[in-house]
Amino acid sequence: MPHALSPSPERTAASTSASGADDTMMTDVPGVPLQHDQDAERGESPSSATSHDGQAALPASSQSNGNGNSVSVEDMFDDDDDDDEFSSSAPTRPDDASSQPEPGSNPSPAAKPRYAEPDTLRQFYQRLFPFRQLFQWLNHAATPQADFQQREFAFVLPGGAYIRYQSFASSDLFRKQCVQMTPERFEIGPQYNVNPRDRKTLRSAGMMRPVMKELVFDIDMTDYDPIRTCCTGAAICRKCWTFITMAIRVVDAALREDFGFQHIMWVYSGRRGAHAWVSDKRAREMDDAKRRAVANYLVLITGSEQGKRAGIRRPLHPHVDRSLRLLNPYFQDAVLSDQDPWASSERAEKLLQTLPDKGLRDALQKKWDSTPNRSSFQKWSDIDTAAEAGSLSEISTKQLVDAKQDIRLEYTYPRLDAEVSKKLNHLLKSPFVVHPGTGRVCVPIDTRNLEAFDPFAVPTVTQLLQEIDQWDEKNSALTEEDRGKVLDWQKTGLKPYVEFFRGYVAGLLKSELAAGKRGRGDADGEAESMDF
Amino acid sequence: MLAATAAPRLDPKRRNVVDSRKRQFAKAQWQELSYTHRLNFYTIPPTGDVSLEEFEQWGIARLKVLAELEACHFRNRTPAETEEYMKPVLDAHLRLSSNMSRSGERERERKRDHYSHWTLRLAFSGTKDLRERFARLETQLFKLRMQQDDARERKEFVDSLPMSWEMVGDEEKRMYLDELKAATRCGRDDEEAWFKVDWEKVPELVERRQVLLKRGTAYVHVREQLSLLTNEFANNLSTGLDLAARFLPRMDEDNRLAPILHHLSQSFVAPDTGYSEASSIGDLTTPTAGSIDALAQHFPLCMANLHKTLRATHHLKHYGRLQYTLFLKGLGLSLQECITFWRGAFELIPDDKFKSEYLYNIRHAYGDVGGDANRRGRGYTPYSCQKLLTEALPSGGQQHGCPYRTYAPDNLTTLLQNVGVTDRQVLSGVKEDVGRQRYHIACNRVFEHAHKAQLRKVKDEGLWSAAELDLVTHPNTYFKRSFLLKNLGKVKSGDLGVEGAGS
Repeated sequence: MPHALSPSPERTAASTSASGADDTMMTDVPGVPLQHDQDAERGESPSSATSHDGQAALPASSQSNGNGNSVSVEDMFDDDDDDDEFSSSAPTRPDDASSQPEPGSNPSPAAKPRYAEPDTLRQFYQRLFPFRQLFQWLNHAATPQADFQQREFAFVLPGGAYIRYQSFASSDLFRKQCVQMTPERFEIGPQYNVNPRDRKTLRSAGMMRPVMKELVFDIDMTDYDPIRTCCTGAAICRKCWTFITMAIRVVDAALREDFGFQHIMWVYSGRRGAHAWVSDKRAREMDDAKRRAVANYLVLITGSEQGKRAGIRRPLHPHVDRSLRLLNPYFQDAVLSDQDPWASSERAEKLLQTLPDKGLRDALQKKWDSTPNRSSFQKWSDIDTAAEAGSLSEISTKQLVDAKQDIRLEYTYPRLDAEVSKKLNHLLKSPFVVHPGTGRVCVPIDTRNLEAFDPFAVPTVTQLLQEIDQWDEKNSALTEEDRGKVLDWQKTGLKPYVEFFRGYVAGLLKSELAAGKRGRGDADGEAESMDF
Repeated sequence: MLAATAAPRLDPKRRNVVDSRKRQFAKAQWQELSYTHRLNFYTIPPTGDVSLEEFEQWGIARLKVLAELEACHFRNRTPAETEEYMKPVLDAHLRLSSNMSRSGERERERKRDHYSHWTLRLAFSGTKDLRERFARLETQLFKLRMQQDDARERKEFVDSLPMSWEMVGDEEKRMYLDELKAATRCGRDDEEAWFKVDWEKVPELVERRQVLLKRGTAYVHVREQLSLLTNEFANNLSTGLDLAARFLPRMDEDNRLAPILHHLSQSFVAPDTGYSEASSIGDLTTPTAGSIDALAQHFPLCMANLHKTLRATHHLKHYGRLQYTLFLKGLGLSLQECITFWRGAFELIPDDKFKSEYLYNIRHAYGDVGGDANRRGRGYTPYSCQKLLTEALPSGGQQHGCPYRTYAPDNLTTLLQNVGVTDRQVLSGVKEDVGRQRYHIACNRVFEHAHKAQLRKVKDEGLWSAAELDLVTHPNTYFKRSFLLKNLGKVKSGDLGVEGAGS
């Protein structure tokens, strides 16, 4: 099956026509790429009349390809949290698979984990994925409009092919293609001024411009590696998840209070990070310069690895000041006691280097050398004790307060992957898709109850499918009709997440509608005044 | 930035005459603008009557002002010096009185200012270079005037602009005072003021966290206002110029305006680039075909480069030959010597080919042959920097033009190093100048570096007048000055033999 690995739909199209595909198949499925037709065609061919339209050939082929091949394919998709525009998953981490306790994964390294099998994915897209809500969320209206129809989707197929510039006329056609192609994940791009599928018909490539996309943010645990002690790389635990919680708090507050955005959705990225999608009209229509402005407004360059510190200006900007106030409680618990970042003497050395006073450094060094087992908590208070004891030789108490603030910020302030936010045409993994490395669904995070969110409690796709079966078993007494009233996702642990999403989208649509009624001009002003 | 959201186009300049048959007999109704402010954002084109003479005169007056402003820029004058220098120039050519003045001319001055701006807009919308230059200079002029403006009048003017900024009221100021001060980094003075805009209007300030943000509203310190306004002015003007460029070909015109506009745009090319006979060294020594190699050390980079190429390849393409021949003519090489020089330089070319293909052009450049006009004018004048900077870029194998403009920065550095400019500071300065398209500043930088000691001596001893120390804008001036500087003692004592030139 060479076409399954083809990098673009164009090549697929070529191979389709070469193999003499029946063109009449295409007429009743407008707007769906050729690949789909081919799959559909294969599904109806008598030779592969298996349970699920023809795709049964896929897993078989990946197994028959031998160990070497399937391992490399798996590696490619193990660390996909980078969400690069072109899915450059080049820096693969071979330890990923082993370091992760992957629920429901097959112990044999050669085989694909169950959640990544096309069969599982097809069921997921067919029965669980909230296409309708996703459509409304991206479309900002009930009937399909350009917001959705000219929006780019990019598919990552099980074979590793990355297909860009997909777009769909309606939510149903979108669903249909997902079911047929069973992408491991798909990413959402901007709305273009023309339909991205028609880009080849344009006179020049420059004529296709992105016009609108949600403002997005990406926080990734790997950026925290210099300051976390519990895990590294792709691995996370509950302790270091707190960093993400802290980051969400700070960024969310800034977006709401400073920029006045209201429709912000946070999404668990499936493994070790979180994404934010800001859907306010004002945010969607921002150009690159404005996106860059917001991103840089939020990024604070705190202490760097080389020991040279980028100074944070005093007086603190109100945003930094507020962030510090939000983060202070976390510093005690999540950083000092949980992470214990300066426990070892090498790490304590790092803390000393960041202190600007030689007398103080010497005093502390002496103290910690004599009592090596002091915790970070104690070491942190040692600074003040030493300062009070008169060890300050070069700086004033005020400067020490500033220096301590800098350290607190370094250990708590959000570390954004700012490049993701700066470009209008950057693609980001969609909510509710399955993370190919963990099998977990990328569910939205309810910020009203942020502390309660547990990344390890997020359901995996295999669990969800089991839950459907269990529910059906338990409720076998019900009539066929009654059972039909309950949708599949309602039978599972996905229910609260989908309902949350539905509520969120309803709120978005409502304000979109209100803005539309009032007319474009004063929409923003009204939304603002309502808030004061 | 602060986009003047769809500035209302006041009245159409000619009201619609209902009956189209009567239209041509109807008296056109013109909208005369009244100017309540000294400054003008020039959003509305003039709609009144203006005589052809005024049209041209006003344009020329403004042009003079802009040219002087550009000269200030070229001479690296500080803003304070520029203001000082420009004051008399502005008063002479483009006076604008404040509202305070009782001058009866006030309205007329403002009308003049308004009309001349739009005249030049038309004249300079032709090419991209001119548009950029015009927009830059107009913006400078606007800024200069704005700074001169009385504070109260400036405020009135700013308030009159269709921009959505609102001053922060006292109550709000008190409420957010600490945050405002922390965000906008200002001192403890109480006399501070801020204004509010949508944050999208000031993304640069947001990016640097120099404003206070509250629910999408940015609180900006008034000190940013000037730069916001000038940015806005520049943006408006460059979009306006682009628009004008698109409509220019369709201008409804009866051959009265086009010559004026053409003339205006031609005279904008440079403040002063005339070639004067005085840049020949004929009165000091007699250059010969044999002494060119020795003299080449005084050549500016454009000519040194041609000379080097000529010696290396024994050939130059047409435009390179023309440029070089005229330069040689300018420095005082006679026609006979020039022909000897080229004959010798093209050593791979047989005599009859040289005669048939090259000789004529040399003689033509000297005005020895050709039409009556050419002969009477004694051929072409040597090319000025301006000419070299505006002609078409050289393509494959061609070497003419100004290397500061035609060479890629890295190649330029190598070229400079080859001619002996190795000082790192000078090289980086040149790179910077070139990056800002100030090619002749770069050239002058190299000149000053190469003649540092002599220039100091000349200045200290007061040997040269200020005009002789002014910026070089002609390759022949460069040469002459370099030659004189390097032969300071000899020139004075008249001890400059024929063969001594440059040795």
